[in-house]
Amino acid sequence: MKAFSKLLERLYFEPATSSKEKLLRDYFATTPDPDRGYAVAIIGNALSLPNFKRGMVLDLIKARTDPQLLAMSYDYVGELSETVAHLWPAPAVAPNDPDLPALHEVVEALRHMPKVQLPDYIAALLDRMTSPERWALLKIGSGSLRIGVSARLLKQVLARYGGQPIERVETLWHGIDPPYEELFAWLEGRADAPAVEERLTFTPVMLAHPLEAKDHGLITPDAYAAEWKYDGIRVQCVHSAVGRALFTRTGDEISNSFPDAVAHLNFHAVLDGELVVQRGAALGSFNDLQQRLGRKNPSGKLQDSHPAAMIVYDALMLEGEDVRHLPYEQRRTLLQAALETYHPVGISLSPQIPWHSFDQLEAARASVDNLSVIEGLMLKRKDSAYIAGRPTGPWYKWKINPKRADAVLMYAQRGSGKRSSFYSDFTFGLWRDGELLPIGKAYFGFTDAELVELDKWVRHNTVKTFGPVREVKKALVFEVAFDAVHRSSRHKSGYALRFPRISRIRWDKPADEADQMSLLESLLTGET
Amino acid sequence: MHPRDWIEVRPEGVYCKAGDVYIDPMQPVNKAIITHGHADHARSGHGHVYATEETLAIMRARYGDTHYLMSENPLAYGQRITIGDVTLSLHPAGHILGSAQARLEHSGASIVFSGDYKRRLDPTCVPFEPVTCDVFVTEATFALPVFRHPPLEEEIAKLLGSLAQFPERCHLVGVYALGKCQRVICALRAAGYEETIYLHGAMLRLCELYQSFGIDLGQTDMVTPENARALAGKIVLCPPSALQDRWSRKLPDVLTAAASGWMRIRARAKQKGVELPLVVSDHADWDELTQTLSDVGAPEVWVTHGRDDALVYYAQQQGFKAQALHLLGYEDDSD
Repeated sequence: MKAFSKLLERLYFEPATSSKEKLLRDYFATTPDPDRGYAVAIIGNALSLPNFKRGMVLDLIKARTDPQLLAMSYDYVGELSETVAHLWPAPAVAPNDPDLPALHEVVEALRHMPKVQLPDYIAALLDRMTSPERWALLKIGSGSLRIGVSARLLKQVLARYGGQPIERVETLWHGIDPPYEELFAWLEGRADAPAVEERLTFTPVMLAHPLEAKDHGLITPDAYAAEWKYDGIRVQCVHSAVGRALFTRTGDEISNSFPDAVAHLNFHAVLDGELVVQRGAALGSFNDLQQRLGRKNPSGKLQDSHPAAMIVYDALMLEGEDVRHLPYEQRRTLLQAALETYHPVGISLSPQIPWHSFDQLEAARASVDNLSVIEGLMLKRKDSAYIAGRPTGPWYKWKINPKRADAVLMYAQRGSGKRSSFYSDFTFGLWRDGELLPIGKAYFGFTDAELVELDKWVRHNTVKTFGPVREVKKALVFEVAFDAVHRSSRHKSGYALRFPRISRIRWDKPADEADQMSLLESLLTGET
Repeated sequence: MHPRDWIEVRPEGVYCKAGDVYIDPMQPVNKAIITHGHADHARSGHGHVYATEETLAIMRARYGDTHYLMSENPLAYGQRITIGDVTLSLHPAGHILGSAQARLEHSGASIVFSGDYKRRLDPTCVPFEPVTCDVFVTEATFALPVFRHPPLEEEIAKLLGSLAQFPERCHLVGVYALGKCQRVICALRAAGYEETIYLHGAMLRLCELYQSFGIDLGQTDMVTPENARALAGKIVLCPPSALQDRWSRKLPDVLTAAASGWMRIRARAKQKGVELPLVVSDHADWDELTQTLSDVGAPEVWVTHGRDDALVYYAQQQGFKAQALHLLGYEDDSD
C-alpha cells in the first residue's frame, strides 16, 4: 500500500509522459504479483468494488467532523477523496505506519469483506495512514484516479515493459482479469500469451484530428473521401459466435442500455459507427439520444419512442476476417456488400459526399448549419488502413463554425478536478423583457490566468450565496460559443445549448448590452 | 468605548478615527501603521509610518529611502506610543522578519490587528505572542480544516530526498522573496545542507538585509547567464512568478518545486505545473488559527482576508462574537 501510494503521488504531479512511463516500469519491475496487477487494474479503472461507496466514505467523515466545516472544505477542495484525506482526524504528527498491509491484501478485503464490516475496516486503515496514503486508499474506492495515465498509456507501458506490440496487449486487454498474473508472466517471457478468444472483446478505435487551416492544402479529391460527422455517440458493435456487444469508443460496454441497437447487427462483424435515435428516416437530435443515455435496461416504451439505430462507417472485422489492414475504400466496399447481403434493420451506411473541389466541401460544411444531428464533415484518406489511436493524416474532422452569444454571468460554483477550489462553473443568461434568464452552464474556454481573475471577481461580486452556489452582480459579459440551440421545457428560458463554452471574457462590455433571448430563437435548430 | 465606534473600513483600508491613522492602508495616507513588509500590506508614499525597525528597513530596501513623506517611527516590540487619542504598541506576529501585531487602545477598550501570522518555529523572526484585547482581528488565509501544514523538516527532507534521487536535475524552488526564501534557506542549513544555494536576482537584496539583522543564510550566490548551465543538482530559489518564466529555461533539466501552503491542495499545485509540492507556509494553518483564538481569549473576533466564513462559523460555535471584515485589496492568495 505504501509503494502504491508513493507511485500515485509521483504520477499525479509528473507532467511528462516519458517520466510517467519510467515510474510505472520501475514499479512493475520492483513490485511482486499480485500487487502490481491490482495497481494496473486500479489505474486502468478495471477494478470493481461495489461495496466501497462514496456514501460510505461520506458517512465516515460526517461522523468525525462538523457538518458545516465539512461542507465548506469539500466545496473548496472540490474532490471528496482529497477532502477526507486532509480532514481525517489524526495525531498532530502524521502516523507513518511501516506495517500497513500490502495492496493486494487491501484490495481483496475491499472486494470480499462483508459489507457491514467494510466501514470499520476502512476507518481503521485511515487512522494508520498519512494524508497521501489516505488519498490513495480513497481513490481506489472512487474508481477515477485522474492521475494523467490513460488506459492507452498504461497498455503502452505494459507493452514496452514486455517488448510486445501494443496491439497485442490491447486485443488481450478486454479478455483478462485483475490481477493479471498471466499477463505479467507473458510480458516477462515466462509463459505464452493468455488465451482470450472465447470472449467478446473491444478493438481499439481510430480517431481523427481536427482539420486546421494549414492542412486544407492536403485535402484533395483524389486522396480523401468526405462523409458527414454525426452528433451521436461513437460506438463499436460486435457480433461473433460468442454473442453480441456494444462498446463506446473508450471500450465501455453499453449493451444493456441499447438492447435494440445490439439486436440490429445480424451478421458476424465488428463495425464502427455512430449511435443515433432514428424514427423512420428521420434522425433524432442529441437531445433525443440523451433520453436513452445512462438508462440501463430501458423500458419498451422508451425504446419505441426513442429507437436506437446505427449509422456505420467502417468495418474492423467482417465474417471472421480482420479487415483493418485494407485501405478505407476497400473496407467500405466490403461493408456495403455485407449490408446489402444481410439487410440489417436499423443499420445504415454513412453516405459519402461527392466532391471535386475544396469549395464544394466548404459549401457542404456551410449547408449543415441548420441540421442539429450533423456537426461537420469527416475527411478520410482513401488508401488508409484502420489504425488504432489518433494517427496524424488519415482522418480529419471538420466541425461547423460555432454560434455565439454575449451572455451575462449570473451564478458561479467551484469546479472540480484541476479547477477545484476556484469559482469556475458558470451559469449565464440572456435578457428577456429586462430580466435575465439562464441559458446554460460552462466551465472551460478560459486560460489559467483568466481562471484566477474570474475566481477573484466572483468572490468580490457575490450578491447572495445558496449553499455552494454564488449569485453574482449582473455585470460581467461572456462571449459564449455553442454548437446548436434546442427547445427545452426543462429550462425557464425555453432553450438548451449544445456544447456551450466560454470563448471570450468581455471585461469591457456593459451587461445591459449583452444579447437578448430572441437571438436564440433565430438560431434554433433540431425541433423535437 | 467599543472599538466598532472608533474603527472603520474605508476604501483606503482600515481606519482608526481616534488616532486619525490607518492600519496597512492600500493607498497613500497621512499616517500609517504597517504590520509587516509584504507588498500588499506595506505600500509606499505614506506621510508618517509606524512600524518595527526591521519592517522600515524592508520598506527602504523595496521602495528606496524616500518611501515616506514626513517621518519614520520605529517601534520596538512592546513599546507604547500615543497617536492622537490612541495608544499603539507592536507585538511579534511570527510571520516574517519584523512582522508585528498592532494593538490599539482608546477610552478603556483595545483591539489587536494581528496582520499575517503563524505559530510554527521560524528562526528568521520572533515568535508570535498572544496579546490581551477586547477585539482580536485575525487573518484567514488557510482557515479551513483541510489546511494542516506538515512539519517543515518533513518538507525539507522531501526536497533533499528528491535531490539525492535526481542528482542530474536542477531543483528550482518557487518561494516568496521576502520571508519564505530566507526561512527555507535556514531550514535547509538546519537539515545539514551546506552547499551554495543559488538565488534569482529578485531575492538578493532581501537576503542581504536578513543577514544584516544577524540571520545566517550560509553560502549563497546569484544565478547568472555564466553559471546557470552548471547548476545541475543544485538548489535554486526564485519567486513563484519566475518558475515558468523564460528566466528558468537556461537552467539544466529543471525539476519544478514550490514552497507554499497552497501546495496542500493537489489541484492548486498541478495548476501551477509543480512537480514537487512542498507544503511550507508563513501563515497559520487551521489548528494554529483556532489555537490562537483560544490563546488570545478576546471575546470578539473580526476575520479579514481569506476563507473568513469557516473561521467565523467556528468562532461562533466556540462562543466568540465573530464577524467577517471584508477587506478588498489584500492578496487572499498569498502564501
